Amino acid sequence: MQTFFSIAVDAFAYGMVLFVISIGLSVTMGLMRVVNLAHGAFAMIGGYIASYAAHDLGLGYAAAVLLAVFGTVIISVPIERLLYRRIYGAPELTQVLMTIGITFCIIGIANYVFGPTLKTIPLPATLQGSADLGFRSIAVHRLFAIVCGLAVAGALWYAIEKTAFGVKLRASVDNASMAAALGVRTEIIYAVSFAVAVGLAAFGGVLGAELLPVEPYYALRYMVTFLVVVSVGGAGSIPGALLACLVLGGIDTTGRYLMPEFGEFFFYLAVIAIICVFPRGLAGRAR
Amino acid sequence: MTARQNRSIGRDLIGIGAIVVAATIGYLLFPDNLALLTRIIAIGLLVLSLDLVTGYCGVATLGHAALFGSGAYAAGIAAAHYGITDPLLMTFAGILGGALAGLICGVVILRAHGLPQLVLSISLIYLFHEFANKASSWTGGSDGLSGISPDPLFGTFEFDLWGQTAYVFGVVLLLAVFTLLRLLVRSPFGMLCRGIKEDPLRIMAMGASPKVALIKMYVISGAVAGVGGALNAISTQVVGLDSLSFTQSAESLVMLVLGGTGSLFGALTGTIVFMLFEDYVSAANPFHWLTMVGALLIAVVLFAPKGLYGTAAAFIARRREKRT
Repeated sequence: MQTFFSIAVDAFAYGMVLFVISIGLSVTMGLMRVVNLAHGAFAMIGGYIASYAAHDLGLGYAAAVLLAVFGTVIISVPIERLLYRRIYGAPELTQVLMTIGITFCIIGIANYVFGPTLKTIPLPATLQGSADLGFRSIAVHRLFAIVCGLAVAGALWYAIEKTAFGVKLRASVDNASMAAALGVRTEIIYAVSFAVAVGLAAFGGVLGAELLPVEPYYALRYMVTFLVVVSVGGAGSIPGALLACLVLGGIDTTGRYLMPEFGEFFFYLAVIAIICVFPRGLAGRAR
Repeated sequence: MTARQNRSIGRDLIGIGAIVVAATIGYLLFPDNLALLTRIIAIGLLVLSLDLVTGYCGVATLGHAALFGSGAYAAGIAAAHYGITDPLLMTFAGILGGALAGLICGVVILRAHGLPQLVLSISLIYLFHEFANKASSWTGGSDGLSGISPDPLFGTFEFDLWGQTAYVFGVVLLLAVFTLLRLLVRSPFGMLCRGIKEDPLRIMAMGASPKVALIKMYVISGAVAGVGGALNAISTQVVGLDSLSFTQSAESLVMLVLGGTGSLFGALTGTIVFMLFEDYVSAANPFHWLTMVGALLIAVVLFAPKGLYGTAAAFIARRREKRT
């Protein structure tokens, strides 16, 4: 029971961190149909900026998070304008190569600027320690990650289902050229959702720094995990991504607790099984 | 015999001649570094096999080293555990191992399209990697599989420290594979695969089954990658987990695109350029190497989407057209 409970809490927190990072990828992939392998690199940039702000500039946790999110968005804007614009609608292979190239460059530059060591982001006193739930105590940071994940999910659900922007976004996801013909400025929709996606990735990178440590190979190591979440959930679907994060977080954490010697064997086996059964993802729609 | 057939046979001969000339130049330029040249040939076979599925069939995969590594482990296990140390039999074991891995990967990867397909290929390479790591009594795990000592080739040519036999063996294997593949991609089956890449629906309407054809191509591709893996196992006499890694898969894709997809010459050009470049630069600083590969990739995608060989070939074709 004890083990079960700690696995559940860890899996939930891990799943939520995965969700915050990959939901942006899922939305942009559904919207722009770009296979973006560089998404993890943006999460890594966020982690690096937060670590730099907290350690070298002496800022507080909240300020560091804000700086990381906005800093990453600012860095991503020229990358989007100069590089991503050219691969919208290009064949998959081209997109894979371009985004892998971007990832390699970011890894190399991050290593050159920050060095190859692991970076930590110091937590404020309120997020350290553990909270007593009466029958069990859990780390406050895990709770914080879970709450943030749920908040992001809720905010995105509201923005996409209830606002005018959400209507235009959904229209563009379904049929971009038809939406443009009806007067939706799809370019602005693209730019805004790309910025939101990158901002969320950076936020997730900072939030999950305890679970996914920030180091130069971060972008390559977890790239696969984020892509897996998106394709298992189905590109462009928030409930799908949420479900995928919880399922995959659960499988991964359970595997680590119960059979650590098998590494990620069962994780990838589960991924292959799920995709073979649902080739379009858990919540994917036929196109 | 038509003029068209004549011309393609002429190009086959030019290709074989070019490989022989390049191999000789390599031997004369780097007599002390034949191990690198042999490795280039082994990786070249991997990139050729990737070209079969990516360039000719349009399947984007980031897990192709699974086929190469399976071939290498098959040849290595045959030698280390079953005492099959004849180099030709080891190569045959590599072909079988690669083809079997090709069958497995093909059946799994071809179930999906687009992003899920890519994710399946990545998951497969990690699965193969973890499996090889776990089955350490067979594969040596993370220490690598050692104890491979191939017999002299035909009983006379020993695989010595300088790697001359391995190099010549590799060149001959490459020539044989290249000739067979030239015939394959021109055959009706090769044309069918190109058709599937262009328009699978149309091919289905014409009565062929894209899936069966692609799985066949995957098995052939696995056999080619297996030859490369076996050559690597024979020449280095050790098989490491890195031959089953995601990095190896991604690098082979980079090489293919650098040279140009959909052309056997492009695959070989890309491999040679990339490997020589890597040998010089990564010795200096592995991280700058990564930045440079990234920048190179972006540049190729933006400015030479057909790759080095494709762009050069298109340039020559344009010149020729202007003259006539």
